[in-house]
Amino acid sequence: MIIEHSRIIAIQGDIITVPATGISYGELASVKGRRGTSLAQVIRLRGEDVLLQVFAGARGVATGDQVRFLGHPMQAAFGDALLGRIFNGSGDPIDNGAELVALPRIPIGGPSVNPIMRVIPRGFIETRVPMVDVFNPLVESQKLPIFAAAGEPYNDLLARIGMRANADIVILGGIGLKHDEYLKFRNAFEEAGVLSRTIMFMHTASDPVVERLLVPDMSLAVAEQFAIQGKRVLVLLTDMTAFADAMKEIAISMDQVPSNLGYPGSLYSDLASRYEKAVDFEGAGSITILAVTTMPGDDVTHPVPDNTGYITEGQFYLRKGVIEPFGSLSRLKQLVIGKVTRDDHGYIMNSMIRLFAKSREVEQKLAMGFDKTPDDDRYLNYAKLFYDRFMDLKVDIGLNEALDLGWKTMAECFRPDEVGIKQEIVDQYWPDGH
Amino acid sequence: MDSVNNSHSRVVGVTGPLATVEVGKGQEVSQNEVGFVTCEGVPLKAEIIRIRGNLVDMQVFESTTGLQVGDKVDFSGELLSATLGPGILGNIYEGLQNPLAKLENDQGFFLKRGQYLPSLDEEKTWEFTPVVTKGATVKAGHYLGKVPESIFDHHIMVPLTFLGTWEVLDIKPAGPYNINEQIALLRNEEEREEIVTMKQEWPVKMPMRVYKERLLPDRELLTQCRLIDIFYPLAEGGTACIPGPFGAGKTVLQQIVSRYAETDIVIVVACGERAGEVVETIKEFPELEDPKTGKSLMERTIIICNTSSMPVAAREASIYTGITLGEYFRQLGLKVLLLADSTSRWAQALRESSARMEEIPGEEAFPAYLESRIAAVYERAGLVRLHDDSTGSLTIMGTVSPAGGNFEEPVTQNTLKVVGAFYGLSRTRSDQRRYPAIDPLLSWSLYRTLMKDSLNERHENWVDLVQEAQDLLFKGNDIHQMMLVVGEEGISVDDLVTYLKSELIDTVCLQQDAFDVVERATSKERQVLDFLLLMEMVHHQFEFSNKEDAKKEMTNIQNLFFQLKYCAFQGEDYQKYRKEIETILRKE
Repeated sequence: MIIEHSRIIAIQGDIITVPATGISYGELASVKGRRGTSLAQVIRLRGEDVLLQVFAGARGVATGDQVRFLGHPMQAAFGDALLGRIFNGSGDPIDNGAELVALPRIPIGGPSVNPIMRVIPRGFIETRVPMVDVFNPLVESQKLPIFAAAGEPYNDLLARIGMRANADIVILGGIGLKHDEYLKFRNAFEEAGVLSRTIMFMHTASDPVVERLLVPDMSLAVAEQFAIQGKRVLVLLTDMTAFADAMKEIAISMDQVPSNLGYPGSLYSDLASRYEKAVDFEGAGSITILAVTTMPGDDVTHPVPDNTGYITEGQFYLRKGVIEPFGSLSRLKQLVIGKVTRDDHGYIMNSMIRLFAKSREVEQKLAMGFDKTPDDDRYLNYAKLFYDRFMDLKVDIGLNEALDLGWKTMAECFRPDEVGIKQEIVDQYWPDGH
Repeated sequence: MDSVNNSHSRVVGVTGPLATVEVGKGQEVSQNEVGFVTCEGVPLKAEIIRIRGNLVDMQVFESTTGLQVGDKVDFSGELLSATLGPGILGNIYEGLQNPLAKLENDQGFFLKRGQYLPSLDEEKTWEFTPVVTKGATVKAGHYLGKVPESIFDHHIMVPLTFLGTWEVLDIKPAGPYNINEQIALLRNEEEREEIVTMKQEWPVKMPMRVYKERLLPDRELLTQCRLIDIFYPLAEGGTACIPGPFGAGKTVLQQIVSRYAETDIVIVVACGERAGEVVETIKEFPELEDPKTGKSLMERTIIICNTSSMPVAAREASIYTGITLGEYFRQLGLKVLLLADSTSRWAQALRESSARMEEIPGEEAFPAYLESRIAAVYERAGLVRLHDDSTGSLTIMGTVSPAGGNFEEPVTQNTLKVVGAFYGLSRTRSDQRRYPAIDPLLSWSLYRTLMKDSLNERHENWVDLVQEAQDLLFKGNDIHQMMLVVGEEGISVDDLVTYLKSELIDTVCLQQDAFDVVERATSKERQVLDFLLLMEMVHHQFEFSNKEDAKKEMTNIQNLFFQLKYCAFQGEDYQKYRKEIETILRKE
């Protein structure tokens, strides 16, 4: 049943109020006026009044515009035809390709997975970024944020991982992106020839703010269906802080009492309901989420990174263009290290970080004006090699190659008894000729 | 209660999980009453949280997508209740006590709304043995009989909601019964007759006070975590709060405690946290053996699981459901430990519904009643003397996830007011990989003084020795701060030794490796022996002429103690290292 109304009695922010009956909470409507048509969603019922948030924004909406209720909540098209395509936050193609009329529709923002239907994560996702693979490997079904200050190359890192990771399908959700970032993503994926396994939901900063809210839900709803079909899906989201800011904007327009720095009290639940979509299905596929969260003022205690940290299973810090080896953490790594990956993985990971920490101490000591010893030179050399071979984001090597390079690097700088690895592993892996 | 004319109540407003309902004429409603809101033909459970004239606000325990103005609402006349009886143990429930394993799943994986299943197995029969005879006079909470469950006898009680004195008119003979079969017939002074089964209900938000008296919590509850048991002990029937920033190891600490604490029953309330963590517990507990009984750990465990993406109103209810189950097992004379992870998420659920009701906000937009709600939750813990003079206890440990890791926020502060022990996790200690990252300089336990007598049963000077060790930690920290300014050169040899001794206590006693088979749990006997040896070393007067000697010797000693703590108790290696340490102590 489709009902039309043409009396908008209030417009505040991007929220319009229409008197109507028989309307469902969460239902979708189209708002058609002289300045264009947009979708809108019911976010509150109050007696005879229905409050809707207009996806394209309420700017230019006239009191006489036609509001047509569609009788169903927000949906996304789903099918293999999505692969290689680019959509906006409302799910409309923006790549000049064909419309997706024939595809079945799936609801977005669906219910939670029954916790007992989950399995303990056990798959390793190789990203070919050694700071991730070797030191904090990404585990299938994990949700990990990349915490970065503005100006860090987080989108480059995300693009790199999106192009190289050994997932079946990569879904990229851009939230509040600068237009040139969007083009960079598109070109990079095209050039790498991986567009055919990629789906992009792109919202740029100039697009309506309400559409931002839809990007994670769209991306994850589509991911969920592919995962049920047995695909290992990697969802990349950037930037979740822009998503939280959009929620703040909507909450304030609805006169909600803000809790912390203006964010709604439900910020934690709102973020969690998205991140918790990461899952490993028994007997089917999985969803892994890697999401950029920019830290305003480089402050990890800001409400968005802070709430995110409580939800996700670890975090990467991107500082000065590299993944910080010390603060970064993958909480699930012990589930795959040495179990799915090579048996020397754990040893390499611990020893190389310990030696790198020692090198940092040496650097600090020298900076304070103390004398240099011959040992110090070896540590400095190690630090430089570590940076060039592992930390530099340009490095593109697989895990086993990186582990071999780890042995080589340690052997070039140290004796076997200095690396703190048990003898039988050293005997097996220490490179000849050192 | 009568529920006629129900169907005249209608939804008049919806925002998120909050539905505003216009109550039909003549319909009586009560605060916290359960009702069902019919959404797309499916009745969804909801609870009244505010009544204003003929309008009531109800929090719906499911997604409200599809709800319309004019949808029908039915009231049950009952408060939100938990079902109690044999068969609770080993279950995994969601916040409203729905058994998760029995729910039908959408597309095989997803929770489907509007499913309310019996919390207990209704088919299963239990071997009942009566313990009263016809004609006996009984009161609420008195035992009528028992059935064996897991490792103990599950007493079948006169329902806890029964007021006054009752006469047993009939009691069934020994034999197998299911939980819905009559096992007794009772009559009260007003000649009212009631059938009793093995199952009963209790409103979750009401404290269960069916006992003779509440006792002072003066016995320790052993967690096998040294930092807690030795330095900041927890009492049976006490309360504790574990605040900490993310990544400080709250979850690992909770998991360790839930596995190794010496109690009869453990209730884990996963309240608004990651599903992944619950999955580990769900999948691993059935495989793990309870060292005390030799049975699977799951047989003493109940999991209430309302993870962060599940409906937020049910998250609020989940803590109450957990506590009610805990109180019930306390009535059976058992020792119960409840772990609530995390109470901040529960407080946030309160905040969300408060904001939707447009109440005037308090600090950080939490409702003004946050403090009294937190106090009411923790006050339900306690050690009690039951009708037959046996005791039962409910101990509550709640984690708090303070925003930005800052303890000066309302949930942490209001919790600290009402708990007996505080285990503050610190980012600094977790960054230094000093686990468990409970900050010894910040934490406290009121129970150390309260339980002095029972703690001194470990050793005549136990409490004083612990105080001495704690003082040394503070002193060591002062010296460390000084060293950061003036360097090692700027302090005396004595100060250096004091500092090294405090580091010794920290390394070998406070720090405990959660992932090592021996280290993860330390028995009381071993705690006593190892701590006394450690303190003997602390008391030992060393004669060092210079700092290098001091450092060398103390490193050696630290290493011996370090090796010792990883050795199986009383094993060959254990004895060997102990001897080596004792040799040093006897040396002049």
